[in-house]
Amino acid sequence: MNLKEIECKALVIRYLIIEMISRAASGHPGGSLSATDIIATLFFYKMRHKPNQPEWPERDRFVLSKGHAAPALYTTLAEAGYFPRSFLKNLRQVGSPLQGHPDMLSLPGIEMTTGSLGQGLSVSVGMALAARVDKLKYRVYCLIGDGESQEGQIWEAAMGAGHHKLDNLCVIMDHNKLQIDGKIEDIKTISPVADKWRAFNFHVIDKVDGHNIKALMTALDKAEKNRGKPTIIIADTVKGKGVSFMEHNNKFHGSPPCGDQIECALKELK
Amino acid sequence: MKDLGKEATRVAYGKTLVELGKKHQNIIVLDADLSCSTKTALFAKEFPDRFFNAGVAEQDMMGMAAGFATTGKIVFASTFSCFASGRAWEQIRVSIAYPRLNVKICATHGGITTGEDGVTHQATEDLAILRAIPNLTLIVPADAIEAENAVRAAAAYHGPVYIRLSRLTSPIIYEKKDYGFKIGKGVTLRQGKNISIFSCGILVPEVLKAAEELEKKGISAEIINIHTLKPLDKEIIIKSAKKTKAVVTVEEHSIVGGLGGAVAEVLSENCPTMMARVGLRDMFAESGKAPDLLVKYGLTADNIVKTAKHLLKK
Repeated sequence: MNLKEIECKALVIRYLIIEMISRAASGHPGGSLSATDIIATLFFYKMRHKPNQPEWPERDRFVLSKGHAAPALYTTLAEAGYFPRSFLKNLRQVGSPLQGHPDMLSLPGIEMTTGSLGQGLSVSVGMALAARVDKLKYRVYCLIGDGESQEGQIWEAAMGAGHHKLDNLCVIMDHNKLQIDGKIEDIKTISPVADKWRAFNFHVIDKVDGHNIKALMTALDKAEKNRGKPTIIIADTVKGKGVSFMEHNNKFHGSPPCGDQIECALKELK
Repeated sequence: MKDLGKEATRVAYGKTLVELGKKHQNIIVLDADLSCSTKTALFAKEFPDRFFNAGVAEQDMMGMAAGFATTGKIVFASTFSCFASGRAWEQIRVSIAYPRLNVKICATHGGITTGEDGVTHQATEDLAILRAIPNLTLIVPADAIEAENAVRAAAAYHGPVYIRLSRLTSPIIYEKKDYGFKIGKGVTLRQGKNISIFSCGILVPEVLKAAEELEKKGISAEIINIHTLKPLDKEIIIKSAKKTKAVVTVEEHSIVGGLGGAVAEVLSENCPTMMARVGLRDMFAESGKAPDLLVKYGLTADNIVKTAKHLLKK
């Protein structure tokens, strides 16, 4: 897809995210909207994957370590053709494959079950090492949150990725600066974040505008060319991006819009 | 009891892993800086390209194991039982058991016979906390021969498995390898009429000794090795309890939630039976030589005999 098409897709995805979370009256809109452009650029530009053959052994892998952004992943997978759009109606409902957090056994295209923060990066390291053992060329993309980076396991995994010089691994941090209880800066700062990753032997591409598809494409291309080290792209994002009253507002971390807010939000995303 | 020699179950694990590694190219082994103690070092030496050391990071190791498993590998991940079950419990729950990934957690140094290292290194609650996790198969081999069988069976089975192994060199109870080991099927080691004793792990030889003592006192004990705690062989437990009407469980674990707990659950739902649990009595143990600890905490043939006699007097 070209730049313009991905930008249009991202808008559709945002609309579907709000629609599905509103219908479910449950879910995490803030972090889904901050991750939307990153996930869309991966699936519609960067990753080699076959929606009609989700088990293709040479596919690039995407692990959503910040599993609460599941609505962004579900809508992207539906738009990519992994399953019908109609599935999106049943988010978080009994019997639905669209669980509150991603379940790899219930939906095609979900590479890993996630939701308890901090666990996805270790899994991505395992996948990237497996590619090396099997002499396959696939790449592993892991999306982590900035609040999630307060989990110790993230750093255990980072140490392992750096140690093994996993240049087939690309971590992307959705750096929206907010967590449930407030600003990361106030609760437990993760700065200086780029220095931390450099110290863990990562190639760091920071200050990337996480809502500029062109910038994301460039960063992802650069990451792929990098040899001898894993890469992290630190993407500056806005929680709730695309809906004016949700932007920078951590009230919408885990609460759905309600009443008139739903219509207002959808109108802004048309 | 016939003398059939001794070997630690962890040693049998290490040797079997090498055998399996020769046969199956898709076996990957992980460890968290304890490979000399868990015996995965034997595999590492033979197949360095398929061995990965996560360092002192058990949670990371479980996640890596899950990642490898998503690509079709049979993954063995080893550390001490206390760290596997305690430190990495949630990684086992979310990254391994919930997605039913093909990871075999082979945890050594189960129970108090870890010895001198003391409470921090003695897993005495692992079976209880792991038994509560759905999809996870739990096996506690009674001797080196059963450990080999269990490791082979786990490799052949698709799904998550936890095998609890021991540090201590312990007596071998099986005369031959092909006694019919099957995941989820208990093994009757001795038929009896007056009391049923269910056990697992390296205390099974003590139970067999106790049965000989009881025989001398005119008590006929049925001895059943429940090597698989999950899925539990309910049928064999109920059948034996209905026959003898008195049950003792023996395990190197807390009396809370392990084999004793599992048997109590089955019996109280199906055929309430008088029972007594031999195990660590809801307490931490301490440092010491393994045989001394077993004596102090009542995990001996003598105490099993005493417990059985007391129960029958009730």
